[in-house]
Amino acid sequence: MTDAFVVATAYGPLSVWTAIVAVGVATYLVRLSFIYLFGRIDAVPPAVTRALRYVPAAVLAALVVPSIVSVEPTVVGTLTADRLLAGAAATIVAWRTGDVTATIVVGLVALWLVRFVVPV
Amino acid sequence: MARLPPPVRAGVRASLPLLVGIVPFGLVAGVAAVDAGLSPVAALGMSVVVFAGAAQLAIIDLLRSDTPLFVVVLTGVVINLRMLMYSASIAPYFQRYRSRWKAVLAYFLTDQAYAVAIARYTADEPDDEAAGHDRERDGSTTPEADADDPAGGRDWFYLGVGASVWVVWVVATAVGVGLGRGVPDAWGLDFAVPLVFLALLVPRLEDRPTTAAGLAAGVVALAGTGLPYQLGLPVAAIVGVGVGLAVERGAGQ
Repeated sequence: MTDAFVVATAYGPLSVWTAIVAVGVATYLVRLSFIYLFGRIDAVPPAVTRALRYVPAAVLAALVVPSIVSVEPTVVGTLTADRLLAGAAATIVAWRTGDVTATIVVGLVALWLVRFVVPV
Repeated sequence: MARLPPPVRAGVRASLPLLVGIVPFGLVAGVAAVDAGLSPVAALGMSVVVFAGAAQLAIIDLLRSDTPLFVVVLTGVVINLRMLMYSASIAPYFQRYRSRWKAVLAYFLTDQAYAVAIARYTADEPDDEAAGHDRERDGSTTPEADADDPAGGRDWFYLGVGASVWVVWVVATAVGVGLGRGVPDAWGLDFAVPLVFLALLVPRLEDRPTTAAGLAAGVVALAGTGLPYQLGLPVAAIVGVGVGLAVERGAGQ
C-alpha cells in the first residue's frame, strides 16, 4: 500500500481553491467552446476527435490501476493484496452490470471481507 | 414542479432515471473530498465550480497524494476534454440564442444533460431517418423554428435536465461531506474513488483500440509510480492515447 491512501493533503486552502477554480474555468470554456463559436468553427477536426476517443480510457486506466495494483515483494503478495482482490470483484460487476452503485458496493464489501474476515 | 413551464417539466421527467445513478457518485465525491483533507466548503464548492464527477474525483485523489498542482489541474481538464465533442454536437441547436443565454446553457453541459437533450433533439428532427419516427411531428421542429417558440423551447428542456442533474449532484455531495466526517479510516472508503473510476472505465473498453489504450495506460501508470511529480499519470495517458490510435490505424489496414 502506498502512502497515497492514508494521508490527507498537505496543500492549504489557497492551493486547493486554485486547483478547483483552474479546472472549473477551463472546464467551463471547454463546455462553452463550440456552443459559442458555432458558425465560425463548425466541427472538431477529425484528428482531434479520434484522439479524444481514447482519452477517457487512457486517463481512467492511469488513475485506477496504481490505486488497485500494488507491487509487493513477492508475486503471491502482489496477487493477494486486499485492493487487488476487491478490484477484481468490482471489475467483474462493472463489466456485467455497468452499474456504478453496484460496483462501489461490491468493491467495498469485498475489501472489508478480505481485510477483516478472511484470516491472514 | 407543477408551476414549471412544460418544457422544463419534460426535461426534469426525462432526467429522472439518470438521477439515481448520480447519487452514489456524488456521495463518494463528498466523502472523498473531506477524507482527503479538503474543507467542507471546498468540497461543496468543487461540485458547484467544476460540476464534473470524474474530474472532481481525480482532483481529490491527486491533491490527497500531494501531486504538483499543474498535474492536478492538467488531469482534471484532460478528463473533461470529451465535452468539446458535446459542445460541438449540441451547438447547432443553440445557434439562434443570444450569447449571454448560450453562456448560461454551457454551464449545464454534463454527460447526462448532453445525452438526454441530444436524444430528444435528433428524435424531433423530421428528416433524420436514423432517429426513428415514434413522435408525430409536423415539419416545424427544426432547430431554428423551435428556438423561436418559447413554449416548446429546446433550451428549457435542456435546462430542466441540466438543473435536475445539478441539484442532485450538489445535494449528494453535501450529504457525502456530512457522512465523510464520521466515517472511520479503517473502512477504506477512499477506495470508493478508484471503484468509481473502474465503473466508468470498464464500459469504455468497448473494442480493441480502446482496450489497448486502457491496458497500455494502466501498465505505464503502474511502472511510472516512482517517477517524480507523479509524472507517471500524464505520461501514461499520452502513451495510452498513442497506443489506441496506433491499434486503430493497424486495424484499418
